[in-house]
Amino acid sequence: MNVLVFLIPVSVGLGLLGLGAFVWTIARGQYDDPEGARQRPLDGRYDDAPKR
Amino acid sequence: MTAACPACVALPEPARGGRVAADLVLHLPDIHCAACIAGVEETLNALPGVREARVNLTLKRALVASGGIDADVMIDALARAGHRAQRFDPALLGGQDSSDRDLLLRMGVSGFAMMNVMLLSVAVWSGAAATTAHLFHLIAAMIAVPAVAYSGRPFFASALGALSARRLNMDVPISLAIVLALGVSVAGAFLGHDRAGWFDAALALTFFLLIGRYLDHRGRSSARSAAAELAALEAPQALRVEEGGDVVVRAADLLPGEIIRVRPGDRLPVDGIILEGATDLDRSALTGESQPEAASAGDTVAAGEVTLTGPLLIRTIRAGADTSLRRLADLVAAAETQKSRYAGLADRAAKIYAPVVHILGAAAFVLWMYLTAGDGWRSLDVAISVLVITCPCALGLAVPAVSTVTTSRLFRKGLLVKSSTALERLAEVDMVVFDKTGTLTTGRMRLETELGDADLALAAGLAMGSAHPVSRAICDAAAARGIAPLELSDIREIPGKGVCANQGGREIRLGRADWIGATGATALQRADESHVTITLGEDLRSDAEDTVARLRAAGLPVVLLSGDAPEPVARLAETLGIDDAHARMSPEEKARWIEKATARGARPLMVGDGLNDTGSLALAHASIAPSSALDAARNAADLVLLSDKLGPVADAIAAARQAKTRMKENIGLAVLYNLVSIPIAFAGLATPFIAAIAMSTSSVTVSLNAARGRE
Repeated sequence: MNVLVFLIPVSVGLGLLGLGAFVWTIARGQYDDPEGARQRPLDGRYDDAPKR
Repeated sequence: MTAACPACVALPEPARGGRVAADLVLHLPDIHCAACIAGVEETLNALPGVREARVNLTLKRALVASGGIDADVMIDALARAGHRAQRFDPALLGGQDSSDRDLLLRMGVSGFAMMNVMLLSVAVWSGAAATTAHLFHLIAAMIAVPAVAYSGRPFFASALGALSARRLNMDVPISLAIVLALGVSVAGAFLGHDRAGWFDAALALTFFLLIGRYLDHRGRSSARSAAAELAALEAPQALRVEEGGDVVVRAADLLPGEIIRVRPGDRLPVDGIILEGATDLDRSALTGESQPEAASAGDTVAAGEVTLTGPLLIRTIRAGADTSLRRLADLVAAAETQKSRYAGLADRAAKIYAPVVHILGAAAFVLWMYLTAGDGWRSLDVAISVLVITCPCALGLAVPAVSTVTTSRLFRKGLLVKSSTALERLAEVDMVVFDKTGTLTTGRMRLETELGDADLALAAGLAMGSAHPVSRAICDAAAARGIAPLELSDIREIPGKGVCANQGGREIRLGRADWIGATGATALQRADESHVTITLGEDLRSDAEDTVARLRAAGLPVVLLSGDAPEPVARLAETLGIDDAHARMSPEEKARWIEKATARGARPLMVGDGLNDTGSLALAHASIAPSSALDAARNAADLVLLSDKLGPVADAIAAARQAKTRMKENIGLAVLYNLVSIPIAFAGLATPFIAAIAMSTSSVTVSLNAARGRE
């Protein structure tokens, strides 16, 4: 029983963490251009150094 | 689904972390790969002053933080790098994707809440003891109630809207099921009943329905924004003549009486009278006539016509929404309402389904009250299980999933689906009606006379500076044969007649045959005063013949309705093998022809581009317009061709037929699943666990069926 005291907040907290990450990705516009996201890895421009 | 648009309040646009705000949008119709993205971004970022440029490949746009650089500079730079670009009117865009994001956020909230509650439920299902189960129920309630309250709002709002209008839509049983399931479970959790909770079922229901709603909404909004983009691309402008000089204004802002200047090659923005100047007018957009007509001071002109040879001063008579478009507006408006009454498969299914769900739920409650001799909680439980299980998770996904897949497939083939029921209507067409000028043909002319090299060089030299279609055709022919135009001096364009120039002290001419004294329509007069007649044909779209053949092979009769003269129409019909061709059709006659065909029980697909096709586009069962079409024609059409090819017309019909089959399969699957699960629910055997599994499997099956065979 006692273990539940820790595990339930942990489980709910992880869920909230996931939700938070999802909200962040929406806010950053990561679903705005799925087609571009598919093609950009083939772009060689930032192979040597990342974009500032 | 029946919900017109979930009345969800848009969230404020979230700030993009650390990024420079884009203030300029460029449309890049041709980009398609990683190299294009890199090329465009590098070109734009290399321009001094541009702060950041980012390409959105999905929307084929570049968002630029311009830093005050003019759009034309960017377009020129892109053209040098080999990318076609056009500017968007930012006023016509913007703020479109906020409700898209809103739905996505609600989907995320319900999804995460569902997973958490499911985790707690698994413990209960696998036999947690009484106190633990009670605790878990309370925690589940704490998560589920706010989550459902937030993410279910699109359904609640639409259901309330329907009820207050005394209608029943699919969102009413959905909301009822969600609210009842949640309410009974919360009551159970607080009263400490030793019964299963429906929290996970309520959340799963919300989650799966939101997926369907999101797909549906995304399909619609992408079509809407694409249509807005097309409109934004050609925000018509005009040069207003004022005392201090000419001013560029929006055509819609012009007032009657104002005087505008129109340069050769421009499309007239208003209806008016020519005050000064003479020209050849291309009226094909309004009448379908392929030969330009001469016009001079005193003649009336209409918006949509193109002046080819001379600059004009025009006094505005009617501008903006009042132009000759209005003649067709009534026709279009009537047809539009008729079309919006078309009930899609989803609507028809929902209409039957919504009452059935309520009746079944009520029947289950009454039956169990009778069987258990008045055990209200038990009866309510069964009624909820019936409501939840019959609730159309799969039905809600059945149609939008298929149309999303098909629409994106067609978009890749160069077709834009504008209307949400377009695919279903397109699948039902049984005849195809084509317009000629600008649809089967490109609207440009092609030189048919085999001129000698010297004559062609001479003609090309004369034609070089002119925007007249005949001149363009001659220059194209010279360029195709690699013949350099002859250098001539003193070239003058005489509107309504042709071009003349000086060669070795003698006048040479290219123009109307009667001006030169030759037979036929067009002729060339050499320096020795001999002349040669030039015949011109229309430039057929490259795959027109193939497309017509494919349509006929698919069992669809092909008809040609044109406003042009009988002779070119007959010639084209013969080339393409079309038996049923009509010439000299006025816009009203075209519309009447379509109406008559519809009255006979036929379901015509109209393909046309001009103002003269607008009425028939709106009246036809389904309609397609090429992207070169006029604004009004594109607005009236259900689908817009984005490429120069006609082939996608045949592809679209095939794809639409396949999509319709898929939709029917999906609805069949959803009904099958109900046939199995309703008796189980009625028997009182459906636990929340069974409901959860049944809902997920049916939703996933339907989605997989929609995506099947995706290339």
